[in-house]
Order: sequence, then C-alpha cells, then structure tokens
Amino acid sequence: MVKESKAKATGKAKAPAASKKKEKKLYTVIFFHKWCKSCGLCTALCPKKIIKPDEIGLPFIEAMDRCSGCRFCEIHCPDFAITIKERHPERRSTNGKH
Amino acid sequence: MLERAEIIRKEYLRHDKKFPHVWCPGCGNGIVMGALLRAVHSLGLNKDEVVLASGIGCSGRMPTYVDFNTIHTTHGRALTFSTGIKLARPELTVMTVMGDGDSTAIGGNHFIHAARRNLNLTAIIINNSTYGMTGGQYSPTTPYGSKSTTSVYGHVEHAFSIAELAATAGASFVARSTVYHATHMEEMLKKGIEKRGFSVIEIISNCHVQHGRRNKLGGAVEMINGFKERSVTVEKSKKMSSDELEGKITIGVLADVEKPVSTEEYQRIVEEAKHKAEIITRAKEKNGVKRYEE
Repeated sequence: MVKESKAKATGKAKAPAASKKKEKKLYTVIFFHKWCKSCGLCTALCPKKIIKPDEIGLPFIEAMDRCSGCRFCEIHCPDFAITIKERHPERRSTNGKH
Repeated sequence: MLERAEIIRKEYLRHDKKFPHVWCPGCGNGIVMGALLRAVHSLGLNKDEVVLASGIGCSGRMPTYVDFNTIHTTHGRALTFSTGIKLARPELTVMTVMGDGDSTAIGGNHFIHAARRNLNLTAIIINNSTYGMTGGQYSPTTPYGSKSTTSVYGHVEHAFSIAELAATAGASFVARSTVYHATHMEEMLKKGIEKRGFSVIEIISNCHVQHGRRNKLGGAVEMINGFKERSVTVEKSKKMSSDELEGKITIGVLADVEKPVSTEEYQRIVEEAKHKAEIITRAKEKNGVKRYEE
C-alpha cells in the first residue's frame, strides 16, 4: 500500500514536470553580422555556452533550443548586434487545441 | 511585436552616422551606451527632452550615435556646458558622459564644483584607468604600479577614487558599477536620472587595447570577467577589512542624500527679491516718492 501510494505520488509529481518541460519557451538569437566586430564577449558570457565563433570569429549558434532567453549576450553586446526573440514553432504539439 | 533591443536600435540610434561605431571590439563604452538607452527607455522619457553632453575622449563619441539632443564639447568642460543648459532650460533631463581623465584631470575643478553646487544633473563617468584615445598615457585613476606609455617601469602615484571624491564634494547621489554588471548599471543609471540633485555614476570599464595589453590583463573577455571576480557589493564591503578590500571594486549606491537643488534655491531667491522690491516700491508710493520710470 505504502509503495503504491508512493508510486502514485511520484507519478503525480512527475506529470506536471513533464508538461512544464513541453511548455519550455523557445528563443531565437539573431546576430546582425554587419555591425559585429567579433569581440567574443557573447561567446564568453553565454551561461549555456551555445554561442560559437566561426572561422573569422563571427558568432553562430549550434543548438538554438538550448537558449534560455536570459539576454545576457544582448545587454553585453557593445555593438548592438544581438536581438533575442521568442520563438513559437508551428509544429509544436498543442494537443489538438491549435 | 518589437523586442526591446529592436526598439532601442530603431528609435534611439542615429543610423545616418557611421555604424558600426568607432570603439574597439569589446569596448565597454558600447555596453554603457546600451544601458543608458535602456534606462532612458524604461523611464519613459521623451527623447526630445533629454540632453546628452560629452567631453573629449573615447566616451566623447557617445552623443554622436544616440538620438537625443546632444552636444560634443571641449575637453573637461562637458559639465559646464550642461550647467548652462540646465540653468537655461530646467525642465530638460541633462546627462553628461565623461571619461576618467576628462572628469578628474582636465575638468577636475568643474567636476567638484558641479558636485558642490548640486544642480539637477546626471554625470556618467566611464573609468577605464587610462587615456585610451591618445595612446595609453597614465590618468588620475591608473592604479599604483601599473604600466602605461608614460610610466614604463610602473606608475608611482596613487589613484583617485572618483565616487568617494564626488561624495565628499557634496553630490547627492553617488553610485558605482562595472560593465560586467550591465543590469545593475542600468538600475543605477535609472536611480541617478530620477534623483533630484547632482548624481554621479562611476562605471568601471575596460581598455584592453591600451591598459590591459600593457599590464598583461588579457583581452576584453578576461578584463570584463575580472570585474566580476573583483567586485563586492557595498553591504558586503562593510563587513570586510581594509586588507581584504585591497584591489576590490565596491559596487552599489555609495551616497544618497536629500539636498536643496541649486536651480530651485535660485528661483526662491528671485521670488524673495521680487517680493522685497514690491514692498519698497509700495512704501515709496505711500510717501509720495515718484517711481524711477515715471
């Protein structure tokens, strides 16, 4: 009995967490490469370490879904070359409500 | 819907000026400019009623790029120009951007007397501890022992503490921040702009090209990460001993006092003088003395 209730409790606890994970906000990081001077601040200051420099030092993003939207790169870009936008992908599973 | 960064880029920058700006890659001046624009935007100020004055130096380029009422003045005299603007049009929000050499060396007298006078101005001092634009000579804020073009074997003088100087001179709001703490800087700028009275915000910035390179402090990334490691808040610094605070940057609000603002005091004196003159003329009329104009 005790085990069952425990299992139920954990199951219940897991269920909202899983749904929360589905509702994770997605962001797009837009680099305005015309103004970028390849200083490397965004690469160094990103807490998720997803901004990578290419051969000439211009930044690009490997895994856009991992961006948490903290805007730390946006406020630290001295050249106003980064914009972060919320992303709403069309193919997201919406449980038929869409 | 436009994001905040897009609004700032579209509305507050002068796109007819040459962008990207002239500052070196990774320079803190750009971060300060962004924080300033965000502070003005979030305070909801009309950009036609904001004045930004600057002196000479790397920071003096800032008014060229922002779409406020701007003035680029002579070396060290940015505060005098803004004093004049404030006295002529007290309803405007007047801000002054200066470098460390501009404010404490060339314009040192103007700075302390503007603080003493307590006009309703905001002075933003970007402290990169060197004269970056002219080739890395030592400035009043160059730390003891560090190398520059004019102190090749190490600097023998001790540095100014701009924020403490301003607080002693009588500024009503003094705060310090660094370019790493961009959100904190934005908050301090907001408080400084809102404060009635002379407010000084010292921002520790990086000059990796002139200062960092000669002292082996690394590039922009290393210097800006160094600010994160070296800075302590005001509350924390009160519990620390002076040995522990050696080489640390105290960030936060250092002084916040209420004082009568000079322009308002001047207006009060004008009203009083007018009132007295009226009494005298009335008395003279009563006694049969003719008015001078008549």
